[in-house]
Parts: sequence; structure tokens; C-alpha cells
Amino acid sequence: MTAVADRITGLAAALRAHGVRIGTGETVDAARAVAALGLADRERLREGLAATLLHGPGQRALFDSVFDLYFPRGVGGPEDAPRDRETLRDRLADALAADDRALLARLAAEAVDGLGGYGGAPGSDGFSAYQTLERLRPQTLLARVRAEVRGGGGDGGGFADRLLDDEIRRRIEEFRRMVGAEARRRVAERRGRDEIARRAVRPTADRVDFLYANREQLAELRRAVQPLARKLATRLAARRRRAARGTIDLRRTLRSSLSTGGVPMRPVLRRRRPVRPELVLLCDVSGSVSGFSDFTMLLVQALHDQFGKVRVFAFVNRLDEVTGLLDHGRADPDGLGARIRAEATLTGWHGSSDYGMALGEFAERYGAAVGPRTTVFVLGDARTNLSDPNLPAVRELARRARRVYWLNPEPRDRWGTGDSAAPAYAELVEMHECRTARQLSGLIAGLLPV
Amino acid sequence: MAPKLNKRLDRKRITISPDAVPDPPEAPLFTSVDDVSARLAETGYLASPAVATTVFLAARLGKPLLVEGPAGVGKTELAKAVAQVAGARLVRLQCYEGVDESRALYEWNHAKQLLRISAGRGESWDETRTDIFSEEFLLPRPLLTAIRGDEPTVLLIDETDKADVEMEGLLLEVLSDFQVTVPELGTVTATRRPFVVLTSNAGRELSEALRRRCLFLHIGFPEEELERRIVRLKVPGLGDALTESVVRVVGALRAMDLRKAPSVAETVDWARTLLALGAGTLDETVVRDTLGVILKHQDDIQKAAAKLDLDAL
Repeated sequence: MTAVADRITGLAAALRAHGVRIGTGETVDAARAVAALGLADRERLREGLAATLLHGPGQRALFDSVFDLYFPRGVGGPEDAPRDRETLRDRLADALAADDRALLARLAAEAVDGLGGYGGAPGSDGFSAYQTLERLRPQTLLARVRAEVRGGGGDGGGFADRLLDDEIRRRIEEFRRMVGAEARRRVAERRGRDEIARRAVRPTADRVDFLYANREQLAELRRAVQPLARKLATRLAARRRRAARGTIDLRRTLRSSLSTGGVPMRPVLRRRRPVRPELVLLCDVSGSVSGFSDFTMLLVQALHDQFGKVRVFAFVNRLDEVTGLLDHGRADPDGLGARIRAEATLTGWHGSSDYGMALGEFAERYGAAVGPRTTVFVLGDARTNLSDPNLPAVRELARRARRVYWLNPEPRDRWGTGDSAAPAYAELVEMHECRTARQLSGLIAGLLPV
Repeated sequence: MAPKLNKRLDRKRITISPDAVPDPPEAPLFTSVDDVSARLAETGYLASPAVATTVFLAARLGKPLLVEGPAGVGKTELAKAVAQVAGARLVRLQCYEGVDESRALYEWNHAKQLLRISAGRGESWDETRTDIFSEEFLLPRPLLTAIRGDEPTVLLIDETDKADVEMEGLLLEVLSDFQVTVPELGTVTATRRPFVVLTSNAGRELSEALRRRCLFLHIGFPEEELERRIVRLKVPGLGDALTESVVRVVGALRAMDLRKAPSVAETVDWARTLLALGAGTLDETVVRDTLGVILKHQDDIQKAAAKLDLDAL
């Protein structure tokens, strides 16, 4: 049983390393769950451990990858000799047509074993999911699988047949995922489970660096906007409640104490006027930082009912208002960035970002948008492409607004390198490092006015 | 205000039932995971492996079960099915904004206390006081009811996310130790642990402390195979081919980025509608006319129509 206990604690440690909060109590529960369920059925074990160790749905994908490493389906490669590429493709097409999960998993193992191995010397060899998929090219099987399913007849889906392509694509995607998991498992056998669990498993979306996130991760982030907004709304409401009580209104306390002979028997608390704060967002949407800006815009829009007024401006080297593009119902999050770039005038003579020009234009055209009740967020990396940072415009902005915050998606130690004007701006307004969705939600919860 | 006031007057804590909570219940509720699936299926609840495993663990470890998932996937049904299987009574606490101690836990019956006081003129204060704060004047609310009973109980705390944060603090004591403290009476400890199910739509993020005390189960949309079985069970008259098509179309809609993805409840509704219309197969006209049953937003319907190649809507 100690071997199993080691596995469980190892699994818990790996999850903790990825930021899942697991206490000793949960680990003990997990062990009790294993004792109750036995080790015979792997899927049950997976569900049992997930139920005891996890606390929210967001961590499930991470858990599944780590679980596959610590409780692998088997060890080593498949026993039968690896076949050549063409036979594998034939069998894969059959399995995809039949939607046979078990067979797909077996084929993934064979494919990684036969096509994914690289390197000869022990210690530097391994298995690559990328190489396997490059050689096998499962995505090119689509037409063949479609013909096979249609040819099989019988099914007679009729109307539903028009969905076939999507279904096959989803099956292929599933197969790719299986190959990835299998390659990780094989590498972990060589290099040690703990190391692979820490390094090769994809972190949860909220811990991915905005600047390095790929398309898929950005799409995942966009899907996380609504739950995150709900979480933040809860925290804002709690802050609002706390802020609403506690301060004593001295004038009215003294006034009411007159009826008790000048002894203040009952303190009168200050009544808060329910003023909804106003928010202005200035977003750099040029190339590298656009993922960060898009995400933040969507998040703020999702929080719009927390504020009296939200106005969003986008810029590259010219600035334009995009509040209308973010409207509810219209906001198709996937196409947002493209739509902003298509419908708003953001660039002048060249396509690279220019903070000085854009900030100057904001002060000139939309200066009235900023008043003493407005909190301004500037989103961008403060890389001016060596043009004038236009500090007076920022100074003026800081003077007129209630607060100005600058959220910078670059790591702090790179501020001021190259063409970054971050330190100059940071002297005038409060600048925060904001590299991941997790950091962003922490900042928003703390900085947003209540 | 009587309970609040008396908290200060009288702080004795008598354990009404001194025996410790029996760790595993006398006869285990379920013998195995298969047992869970089989018996839930008898009541008409088809459980996925994840659901069956977690329910089994919750019963075995004696921990509350926190069920999250989109609306209409059968979270509340699960609690009802478990109650039916276990032959237990179902105590339900429906949470809403502003639900408080006196709605969830207990309340003193003020009117009756006043009657008692005015009926017993001439008694000393001490006698009256000990008398009016006895069980006779206590109005138990769901949480206390579930804990006090001797018979097997399933406690369903529905839509926990709708309740205020303060309510969670109240739940913590109940869920970790299965006890309730009534200042005038003492601490009431459960003689028999209820099987607790909390449901949440994730309308608000529940606190980490509450999550920690529960087993977590996320019920998502079911796999195709399971959904086909559900439709067959709920709408037996629908042909196999049509059931298959219905489930496939719903599956495709879920893969799209919709404002409200259709849930199992909608699938079943749709199947019922098709049965009532006497549709033999799915075709464009039928789908166009009935899309409103599964999709609830106009822009979702338009998106779906474009996806499914329905002609102009």
C-alpha cells in the first residue's frame, strides 16, 4: 500500500506545483477513496481522486494530464511490433469511422512507439507527439473516414449527416490528445515522472503568459471570461459591503446626542451614496499585446453591470472608441480582435504602435470622457518604437482622473529595456505587471473602484 | 431577537445526544459503484461513471457532495434519486438571496412563547425562562430537521450559489461536524449522518472553505451513448433512428459557441415535441419549426440555423 500512497502524494505534489490548492485533509480523503474503490478500474479511480482532490471544474484538464502520468494505463510500448505508417493510417481510419475509443487509444500508443521515437543515445532519446502527428497526419483522413461512414450505409442519419464532418474532426482532435498523453507517459518513464509532471503538462489557462499564449490558449481564456467575471463580481460586492459600513458621521452623531443630554449614546454611521464608478479603458491592440487587450476588454465588458459607465478605446498609433463593438449580444468573442481592427481607425501612416500619438489624440478628442469620478486603465507594454512618449498627456490624464492604472503584460525586469518607456510612465501613474489571467483577476479585484 | 439576547445570558452547552457520530453508517448505503448505478437506474436516473463513483464515495466517506454544472443536467434529480434509492426522507433547503439562520436552521416560536408566559402567571422567572426555551417552542428549519432525525435522511441544499456569503459560514459547522448549536438548548449532534447534496450553478464563486469540506462533482453534458439511453428512457415512443439524430444534432449545437448550450432537459423536451408532432425523421422543416424548444436566445437560433444549413429563417 505504501507504493500507492507514494503515488497519491506524488500526484498531489504535482498538482500543487501547478497551483491547485490541496491540503493534507484532501490527500487523506484521496487515500480513503482509493481504499474504498480499489485499483481495478482506472476510470473509477480517476473520478474518485478528482472528486476528493479538486474543488472546481477549471482544474480538471490539468488533473487528467497529471493523473495519466501517475496512474498510467500500462508501462513500456505495445507488445506487437510497430507497423509501418500506411497500415497505421488504415487502421486509424477504420477506428475513427467506428468511433471506437479503446481502439483509438491503442493506436495512439502504437503510433507513438513506431513513429514518435527520436534520438539514439540513452538519456537524450525520447518520444515526440509532434513528430508522431507530423508523420501520421490524422487530419488528412477526414475525407476517407467520411466516405467510409457514408459507405457503411445503415446509419441513415439523413439530416444529422450534415454534422458528420464536425464529428469526425472532433474524433481526430481526441486522437491527437491521446497521442500527446501517450508521448508524455513514455517520456516520463525515461526522465522521471515528477519532472515531466511539472514541466510538460500544460498549466491551467489562467497561468499562461499573455505574451506567449497560443491561439488555442487564448480561445480557452476567452471562454473563461464569464466565470471569472462572476467571481470578480462577488469580490467587488463584498468589498462594497465592507466599504459601506464603519465610518462614523461625526456631525450627525453629535446632533443626535443632544436628545440624550450630549452623551453620544448611538453613533450615526455615514451613509454611502450609491455612486457607480465610471471606467475608461485605453487598450493597445497592436500585434504582440493584442491577446492581453482582447481578454481584458471582454472581462471589463462582462463586468459592465458593476459600473455606471464603461468606455473602451483602442489604439495602435491612432485612437478610436470601440465601446459599441463590445456590446452584449454582438460580442462574438472569437472575432473581436479582427472586428476592432477592421471597423476602427487605429493606424495612420505606419502600422507600429505609438503611445505618444495615441495618448495625445485621446487627450484632444476624448478629454471630456475623463472626470473626477473616472478610473482609467491603460493596457499595453509601453513600447513606443522610439518615438516621443508624450509624458505631458499622461500627466494631464492623471491630474483629471480619479485614478490611473497602467497594466503592463511584460515581466517587470524587462521594463525599460530597448524601446520601452515603462519607467517614465511608471513615474507618473501606478504601473502593475500583469502577465497572466490570474494576475489580472487579482489586480482587477484589488484596483477596481467600488 | 430572543435567541441573540439569550446567547449572552445563558451559555451552557449540553450535548443532546452524547454518543459520537457512528463513523460508517450501520448498514452501508451502497455496496459498490455498480450497485449505485444499478439502483439509481431503477429509479429512472441514469448515472455516468463519474456520478456513480462520486456518489458511492460520498456515502462511504460520509462527506457532503457538492454538485456543479449547467442548468438542466439533473443535479437536483440526483439528490431525489439517491433519497428514493436509500428509502430516506428528503429534506430540502432552497437557497435564495437573503436566506438566513431563521429560514435555514431554526426559529423560536414567539407567539407560543408569549402565550406560555401569559398563561403561567405567578411562576418564578427562572421556571418560565427554562420552560419557554425548550424543544416545544422550537421551530426546526431544514438544516436542523435533517440533523435531528433518526431515520435515514438526504439533505438537499439547492442552488447554494444564490445564498449570501454569510450563509456559507452557517453551513460550515453543519457540514463538517454535522452539529448545530442552539445557545439555549446546547449543541445538537446528528445521531445519523444525513447524506448531503449541495448544488450550485456557479452563479457566484463558493468559498474555498466550503469547497474543502465537500467532495466535488461536476456534471457536464453527457456522452452521446448515455444521452441516447436517457432519451430512450424518458421518451420511449421515439424511434431509434430519430433518437440518434436528435442526440447528434444537440451534440453539434453544444460544440458551438452559444449563449446557452442546450442541456439534457432540452434534449428530452425536444424529443417529446418531435414525438407529439409525429415526426418520423428529422428534416429541415421540422428542425426549423422546433429549434425554439432547444435554444432560448434569438441570436443562438440564427447561429444554429446557419450552422445546420437551414434555409432562410
